[in-house]
Amino acid sequence: MIWNEEFETLPREALEALQFRRLKSLLETVYARVPFYKAKFDECGIRPEDLKTLSDLNKFPFTYKQDLRDNYPFGMFAVPQEQVVRIHASSGTTGKPTVVGYTRRDIDTWSELMARTLSAAGIGKGDILQNAYGYGLFTGGLGAHYGAEKIGASVIPISGGNSKRQLMLMKDFGTTAISCTPSYALSLFEVAEEEGYDIKSMPIKVGVFGAEPWTNEMRNEIEAKWGIDAVDIYGLSEIIGPGVGFECVEAKNGMHVSEDHFIVETIDPDTGEVLPFGEPGELVFTTITKEAIPLIRYRTRDIAVINRQPCKCGRTFVRMSKVMGRSDDMLIIRGVNVFPSQIEAVLVDKKGVLPHYLLEVDRVENLDTLEVKVEVEGSFFSDEIKELQRLTREIEKDIKDMIGVTCKVRLVEPKSIARSEGKAQRVIDKRKL
Amino acid sequence: MKITQISVFIENESGRLHEVTGLLGDNNINIRALSLADTSDFGILRLIVNEPDKAYRLLRENEFTVGRTEVLAVEVPDNPGGLAGVLGTLSKSSINVEYMYALVERSTDCAVMIFRFDDTSRAVDVLTASGYKLKKGEQIYEI
Ligand SMILES: [Zn+2]
Repeated sequence: MIWNEEFETLPREALEALQFRRLKSLLETVYARVPFYKAKFDECGIRPEDLKTLSDLNKFPFTYKQDLRDNYPFGMFAVPQEQVVRIHASSGTTGKPTVVGYTRRDIDTWSELMARTLSAAGIGKGDILQNAYGYGLFTGGLGAHYGAEKIGASVIPISGGNSKRQLMLMKDFGTTAISCTPSYALSLFEVAEEEGYDIKSMPIKVGVFGAEPWTNEMRNEIEAKWGIDAVDIYGLSEIIGPGVGFECVEAKNGMHVSEDHFIVETIDPDTGEVLPFGEPGELVFTTITKEAIPLIRYRTRDIAVINRQPCKCGRTFVRMSKVMGRSDDMLIIRGVNVFPSQIEAVLVDKKGVLPHYLLEVDRVENLDTLEVKVEVEGSFFSDEIKELQRLTREIEKDIKDMIGVTCKVRLVEPKSIARSEGKAQRVIDKRKL
Repeated sequence: MKITQISVFIENESGRLHEVTGLLGDNNINIRALSLADTSDFGILRLIVNEPDKAYRLLRENEFTVGRTEVLAVEVPDNPGGLAGVLGTLSKSSINVEYMYALVERSTDCAVMIFRFDDTSRAVDVLTASGYKLKKGEQIYEI
């Protein structure tokens, strides 16, 4: 189902003309009303009228998360505070949260985006949506809630947690759709099994999952266990919240970005250069319709690929892939951008090894070398050398196919690689550059 | 007829081999035969011990990567051409030897060799039909 046929299937030419008009007016607004942008544009020697075509956007400076923090709490607002009807904040791991505000029109826009998102998942009037995203300062709960009301679904604002109550209401109310994080969907299934609920026999037919990275393997697992369609959504509070990108249930292959509200670019995180669509890069968004806190070229740090092939659902919007990693994690090996998550993707469905790895990058005679340490999996352990060697070669080939760089795989004992997130533990770069 | 062999994944790191044998020794497990196959990166230690189940459990509990495989202990005539005779019999029946190694102790006039085949059950049939003696598990564990 397409919620807004007119905009979601706008021919590219008309769409780009619309983007240009909206962008031009946005640049004028922020230059006039946000001191941060005035100072930044002046510093770069650029003015709103320098935008002659859409591609001139790349002459304008980026906005970083740190800029939002530096202007805490309301310094980035482009409207007087009395026009702000809602304030959300994302929890920072350290220090102050990142604050975002919404005007009444921003709330309408956001509801529209979530209405598109839910419609694309096949949810509509008559459906009962159990919204298990957290309500509160986090944008997930209220974002999905407003979208669900807009399309006329009956929304259960149950928020996250309390799995037994979730299951009871799901059964008693005849829930037909759920929105939550994918990992919560899996944990809910475990509780259902313990409590004797048979989710497959319930009327639920679709789940809208997001707010954390997940794999297609996880999608398959959820779909098989729940007996539903599982679609992916993308959003971040700085841009608007959930609803920035959404999958259509017809294709389930990448998330459509509502380009009448956002301009998306992929850039090389090191040089800041705009990359052609189809190459993995850092996602950068410009919010061309937002009023309270519009952002110019906001650096998400999320790495993904943009696909501009037409989609079978009929939408003309480009599709973004699942987030493949964070730009902070990027390595450059023999001139190729490599993300540890790509290696993980190879290992995660390989029998015989665990998806725990350590990348060692070195430089030998002016040539970068990559060694991947991988833990063998106890239950698949073979007593034959040739079996382990075959496994090693197979992983080496799959990694080469994935990243285009030759590597050496070294099998190590289970639990010998530290279990923690982040680049520091995943990568040892011995190169003296 | 089949004998349980314990195999342990060993990173090429000095001391690891000692840890395995030390752990077994401390728990009164006797090693009857052993072979280490290694590449430049890793090795696989194969062991025949007096209490395979206990050894397997113990190694797992101590977080070694450990596997169990069925092998055969074949009495090989202790004379020139003895081993060649066994291998010839197997080769005629197209049974592949993945690897083999010798048992530490000898029994009377025969050497005992541990064999790992691609098809262990068929190897039992072929060898017994050709008159070769296979050691039973208890015989090996209790030497
Ligand atoms: Zn589509």
